[in-house]
Amino acid sequence: MTQVPDHRAGGDPESSPAAEFIDISKRFGRVVACDHVDLALHRGRIHGILGENGAGKSTLMKMLIGLILPDSGQIRLHGEAVKIVDPIEAARRGIAMVHQHFSLVEPLTVWENVALGDTGRLDPGQVRRRVGEISEQYGLEIDPDDRIADLTAGMRQRVEIIKCLRRDPEILVFDEPTSVLSPAESQFLFQALRRVVDDDRKAVALVSHKLAEVISASDEITIMRDGKVVAHRPTEGSDPATLARAMVGREVVLRREHAAFGVLDESSRVRGAARRPENRPVLRIMNASVHGRDGRVLLDRLHLEVHPGEIVGVAGVEGNGQRTLGDLLSSLCAVDGGYVEVDGQIVTTGQAGAMAKAGIAVIPEDRHDSGCVLDFSVAENMFIADPERVSRRGLMNRKQMHEQAAKLIERFDIVCGGPRAPMWSLSGGNQQRVVLARELSHGPRVLIAAQPTRGLDVGAIEYMSSQLRAAADDGVGVLLISTELEEILDLADRIVVMSNGRIVGEMRRDDVDLASLGLMMSGANE
Amino acid sequence: MSDVGEHIVTDVEEDEVASAALQRSKFGITTEVIGLYAICLFVALALAAICVAATGGSWTNVYTAIIDGSIRKPGRWGLTLGVSAPILLVALGTIVNGRAGLVNIGQESQLVIGSCFSAYVAVRLGGPGPFVLIIAMLCGVIGGALWAGIAGVLRYYRNVPEVLSTLLLGTVAANLMGWGLRKPWLLLAPAAGRANRNQVSEPLAANTRIPRVTWFGNEFPISVLVALGLTLIVWVVLDCSVFGFRLRMLGRNPRTARRAGVAERRYGIGAMLASGGFAGLAGGAMLAGGDFGNYQLVANFGAGIGFAGLLAALVARQRVVILIFVAFLFGCMRTGSGFLRATGVSGRIADVVQGLLVLAMLLPPAILYVRERRRALSASSTRV
Repeated sequence: MTQVPDHRAGGDPESSPAAEFIDISKRFGRVVACDHVDLALHRGRIHGILGENGAGKSTLMKMLIGLILPDSGQIRLHGEAVKIVDPIEAARRGIAMVHQHFSLVEPLTVWENVALGDTGRLDPGQVRRRVGEISEQYGLEIDPDDRIADLTAGMRQRVEIIKCLRRDPEILVFDEPTSVLSPAESQFLFQALRRVVDDDRKAVALVSHKLAEVISASDEITIMRDGKVVAHRPTEGSDPATLARAMVGREVVLRREHAAFGVLDESSRVRGAARRPENRPVLRIMNASVHGRDGRVLLDRLHLEVHPGEIVGVAGVEGNGQRTLGDLLSSLCAVDGGYVEVDGQIVTTGQAGAMAKAGIAVIPEDRHDSGCVLDFSVAENMFIADPERVSRRGLMNRKQMHEQAAKLIERFDIVCGGPRAPMWSLSGGNQQRVVLARELSHGPRVLIAAQPTRGLDVGAIEYMSSQLRAAADDGVGVLLISTELEEILDLADRIVVMSNGRIVGEMRRDDVDLASLGLMMSGANE
Repeated sequence: MSDVGEHIVTDVEEDEVASAALQRSKFGITTEVIGLYAICLFVALALAAICVAATGGSWTNVYTAIIDGSIRKPGRWGLTLGVSAPILLVALGTIVNGRAGLVNIGQESQLVIGSCFSAYVAVRLGGPGPFVLIIAMLCGVIGGALWAGIAGVLRYYRNVPEVLSTLLLGTVAANLMGWGLRKPWLLLAPAAGRANRNQVSEPLAANTRIPRVTWFGNEFPISVLVALGLTLIVWVVLDCSVFGFRLRMLGRNPRTARRAGVAERRYGIGAMLASGGFAGLAGGAMLAGGDFGNYQLVANFGAGIGFAGLLAALVARQRVVILIFVAFLFGCMRTGSGFLRATGVSGRIADVVQGLLVLAMLLPPAILYVRERRRALSASSTRV
């Protein structure tokens, strides 16, 4: 291995880059995903690729690993023009990618997952040793014999990284690697990345929409917007505000944009943070326990209260019971112990429609799963919960339904082909607005918003945030379940931390201390 | 013109272009549907003609025979109506469970059980004829509903796929009827009434049969009219009522439905009971209607009507109103193929012709379904 002295200047951009995109374009139908993009990845450098959702960054990286073929332009590896037709070819050429969503087999152990895809005779001892070597070399501590199902998201990501590193690639691509990690785990990841770059002189591409993390981890930054490269500069000396502007292409409302870009700001105060919820809680979950079919504990004596007019943020790393909490309040599962109260009245859990009837509105984590019916029209989706409102003597009044739906479409500014348009024909952001419109139009007592801005772009995030605030201002108790800490810091009046199906800590927004919050999220307090 | 003005003009134009595109696509889809059916039917007819010609028959004769046998010859369309009615009834039930997202393929067995219930009650129960008839029909409904209900309960309490259970219960039902037809205390007719035949039930008394009417020289049982009335009711319930809305919701997205207050078990099992009930009613109507045998049960009484109804529902793509025509078409194929044998074409080839025609009508719905899915998929993936 050649010795490289200084790490920041370690990459030598003058020599031919490890990988280079030259004038790459790609269209999907009428959508231009990449528009004459030039970009270079150098050995020994971390290249942060920033952009909003849909800016074309993932498309670009997928071309590098052969999942998508470019329409025009050229990809060069070490100065040599290549055509990468599939991921196998990419792997052969030393390109590896750690995807946002893990592809691990849960019942298998770490080393078994690492060995998956190998051909020829399997040598468990050798694979185990190799896993041990890699984990030592890069500080990715892990036991090769642990079962994936028992590991946290952060550990699982380590397995994915080890899977890649074992083939000793020259180019490593990380696609939104921190989306499921706690702040501490993210820091750890970036340390490991630094080692990979400094010690082995690998080229790393870090794809992200979080400005702060790209600034802290990268050597150079490329910003993409609408499929084009709008800025490329060294990280050192870059100013976050300028980068943010380049990313959205307009002046940003700073407070809200903070949430979108992941700039954490402990001191910033939220609207009406001094709100005094003296009245009794509108939603109260007392010692709720839920077990999975396999006997796993999903919720463990969870206790939670939401008062009218406040936004309570449930922070936590994904997979710590947030989904079950959402399901419980959507009547999709029942408690084994404890109870749920709305306005002082106990609501039967797990009984179809009981929660909705009690006044709990839900913007679910996965709207396709329990938020809407894709094959129904927009209007039908708006009256899913109470078709009685647009019916008489058990018969639906379509005319009335379409009229009322048209009003909601206008009020919530939903872009669609009218009330009769099928739900599937809408974009994700507009589907989310249909869900929002329906849930708010029922005059709810409580609003559960689970990952309400996941997959949405900045404009849509802003809209959703303002709607949640408005709901709270109207006296609705809002429970915001999110794995994006920034989102919670931006919106919540009170923050509770969820870990292993339990609430492990609570603090007021004004008293937030990021370090202890992060510690609680990673479950370190237990 | 100022910049702003220009901008507005382009926006309006874009809107117009977009709406025009939408109009065109709607029109395109209708022509696509008709075109698909036309192509499929043409190919099927051509293939059938080749089959007939290759085996030494005359294809023109075959097609005339089908039309003669189903509608053209005197009295034939009345017969076709009588045959179509149970197909329509079965298909109605199939649409009910289809809307709930359930796949019932045991209509034939539900029909058989229904007919057994009807036969037992109609023969044993004394009293005024119309009263006995109505009770017998209701018992048919109950029998079919119970048989489908088993699958429904297994599905919602034990997670047994209803496709499997309805199919397997079919074998059970067939054997059960065979067994019942051997027991004098159950269904077997008294020795005096059945000459030397085994496995027949006692024929229904004349006053417990479904009355038959004659219109324009065509005779058919009034169960045809009842079936049409039920079609109207099913249409109102499924397409216009809150109940139908909820049922469809359950079929399209059970979790969303559950949150919105649709109790999966109640609606799902209800749909299965309704589905089986319709098949059972079809069985009762076949028994008492007179177009299928001599008002008595025989082995193999179902005669494939249950399956024909299932196919009719598939061809109609779950739409109630279209079902009336599809069911009649299936009826035509049955009565028409009766004449086919007379043209000298061998029975097996006649079956091949019929199979090809059914296939031709089943293919377009399948293709359309796949295309719709693809469109939905591409629409949701291009718009991020």
